[in-house]
Amino acid sequence: MSSSIREAFADEPPLISYVAAGDPDAESTKEYVRALVRGGADVIELGLPFSEPIAEGPTIQQAIRRALDAGMTPDRYFDLVAELREDAEVDVPLVCMTYYNLIYQYGDSEAQRASDASGKTASEGREGPEPFVEAAAEAGISGLIVPDLPVDESGPLKSACEAHGLDLIFIVAPTTTDERLDRMLDRATGFVYVQGRLGTTGARSDVSTDTHVSLGRLDETDLPKAVGFGISERDHAREIVSGGADGIIVGSAFVDLIAEGDEVADRLEAKARELKEGALDGAEKVPEPEGK
Amino acid sequence: MSSESKFGDYGGQYVPEALMPAIEELTDAYERYVLDNEDGFMDEFRERLRDFGGRPTPLQRADRLSERYDREVYLKREDLLHGGAHKLNNALGQVLLAKYMGKDRIIAETGAGQHGTATAMASAYLGMPCEIYMGRTDINRQRPNVFRMRIHDAEVNPVDIGSGTLKEAINETMRDWATNVEDTHYVIGSIVGPHPFPKMVRDFQSVISEEAREQVRDQTGRLPDSVVACAGGGSNTMGTFHEFVPDEDVDLVAVEAGGSELTIDEDEDLAPHSASLSTGEEGVLHGARTKLLQNRDGQILESHSVSAGLDYSGVGPELAYLADEGRVTPVNVGDDAALEAFHRLSKLEGIIPALESSHALAYLEEAVLGEQADDLGDLVVVNVSGRGDKDLDTVIEESEKRDLDAAPSMEVFEGEQ
Repeated sequence: MSSSIREAFADEPPLISYVAAGDPDAESTKEYVRALVRGGADVIELGLPFSEPIAEGPTIQQAIRRALDAGMTPDRYFDLVAELREDAEVDVPLVCMTYYNLIYQYGDSEAQRASDASGKTASEGREGPEPFVEAAAEAGISGLIVPDLPVDESGPLKSACEAHGLDLIFIVAPTTTDERLDRMLDRATGFVYVQGRLGTTGARSDVSTDTHVSLGRLDETDLPKAVGFGISERDHAREIVSGGADGIIVGSAFVDLIAEGDEVADRLEAKARELKEGALDGAEKVPEPEGK
Repeated sequence: MSSESKFGDYGGQYVPEALMPAIEELTDAYERYVLDNEDGFMDEFRERLRDFGGRPTPLQRADRLSERYDREVYLKREDLLHGGAHKLNNALGQVLLAKYMGKDRIIAETGAGQHGTATAMASAYLGMPCEIYMGRTDINRQRPNVFRMRIHDAEVNPVDIGSGTLKEAINETMRDWATNVEDTHYVIGSIVGPHPFPKMVRDFQSVISEEAREQVRDQTGRLPDSVVACAGGGSNTMGTFHEFVPDEDVDLVAVEAGGSELTIDEDEDLAPHSASLSTGEEGVLHGARTKLLQNRDGQILESHSVSAGLDYSGVGPELAYLADEGRVTPVNVGDDAALEAFHRLSKLEGIIPALESSHALAYLEEAVLGEQADDLGDLVVVNVSGRGDKDLDTVIEESEKRDLDAAPSMEVFEGEQ
């Protein structure tokens, strides 16, 4: 099965860019996504904010807090996605990154909303993740990343994603055992998200050796491999792609610019361009400049 | 393994992939050392609980409470355990297990500070470096325990995010664990979190009900009609109930913090209570599917209780399951009733209970003499999960704020500085 996400890897290493939806508000998010696409982003990871983001470092935690304070909800998120899909400038796949409770809870809340509208008593919500996946697919989401859902608990969500044509993307950690890796690769579609280092998300000043070890273990895999956690500069992007990654994932470096709030769209576009060029350099295996 | 990780639909393992191998390693260690007593782990644990911890704790007949309520009231005195709370049972078990597993660093979160103190104590005793995460709000209302942790050489890391209570401290400890998972063990403080924590913590805490069940039979010749314990995350609750669960004639009453009122403030996204067992909805938080205080979208709400140890938006999956099954009855009492019960036990029995335990004692009053009018039967065991020294500042301040009749005068005497 070929997906729009997978096609993004077809010609050159894609830049996958994360922003938290609604940070600092929904209108700004649209503007920022357009800027990232202009700068060369090939896939947009749009975070649906959850109040307890245990996999995120301080930068994205604060972005999520700003988005929640501005009133972002799953329904508004789907509206935002649908609007982005209608935007001619945004012609790249959109991936939803969120935590399992929001996915799981959506069926119940959907029934509640329907009963509120009709004035009748709430009937039982549809159980499990299916209503969320259906709404995501209708809005135009191409895939899901759920950092607190390991492969072991992913059965119901995987079925729902298959039913609605969404990719379910799994994160491979430096600590992942071979046996777990096999199980994950059985279920993964779209691409494999390689966690470049232990810990939480956040921009770092170097590339971890864990990244190279993890990529080595995925040599045999058909699925494209994209590396995230810690990438913030052109050199990181180049080093990671020349080390065998098929794409790069960048979040905190963009979110930092949004938090600074100064000429955000222009700076996002420039940052995306810098990182994309780094990835392209890496793919061509351009030798390191002398006297760095 | 998957089915064993759950209680009905509750429980499971919902954590970032980076933690999964450590959780599998811990599951293996739990099965070998705790369940199978490999290398005599459980023997050593029990020996250390006796020699270091001071177990068994007494089951004491409360004479004046018995008279007041016109029935036999027995108190399980976990406040007399070393450190002043039941928390040592679990902390000692997990720090010892971490040593058996070859880990060389301990981290933990704490709400009231009792779990942090117990973990710091156990780490000092067993020679393990230890860091504790604690919300800023809780640091301010539980200062004595902050000092105690530091005195035991633990580092206390304040958490400023959100309301600065237990929920945020757990998030931050999980982040530390995800960064340092290879050499670090996370001592979760209650029967919450991913499998095997809920079962493992329950097993370490079950010593409470093992002793209580035997003691009540020795002292009265029969089993109690009801067993009452307060419930936040639920570790003292399950510890107190576990051995009685098969005794179907024994009612198990879990007393939650009703806070200032039971309704949820939708505009503020705030629950002015911590009664997740009686009012929460099923969801996924901190590694497990369980009952949670959450809004319609699934965002977790801030909880509230006058007692820091009960101030948490979730509850252990096993308790959620037993409540659904009807085996455990969840009830709740408010902040005011808990404060009154604190003063009542202090005056009538000479025991200063933790504010957590005061909730269980308050329910006794409400069930027998008050509005709830539940039939607790002729013989009641109440778990006094900890002592209240750590709560004195809160109790004085909150009692004055309410002009509580039960509270003694706290005015400083003339001439005293």
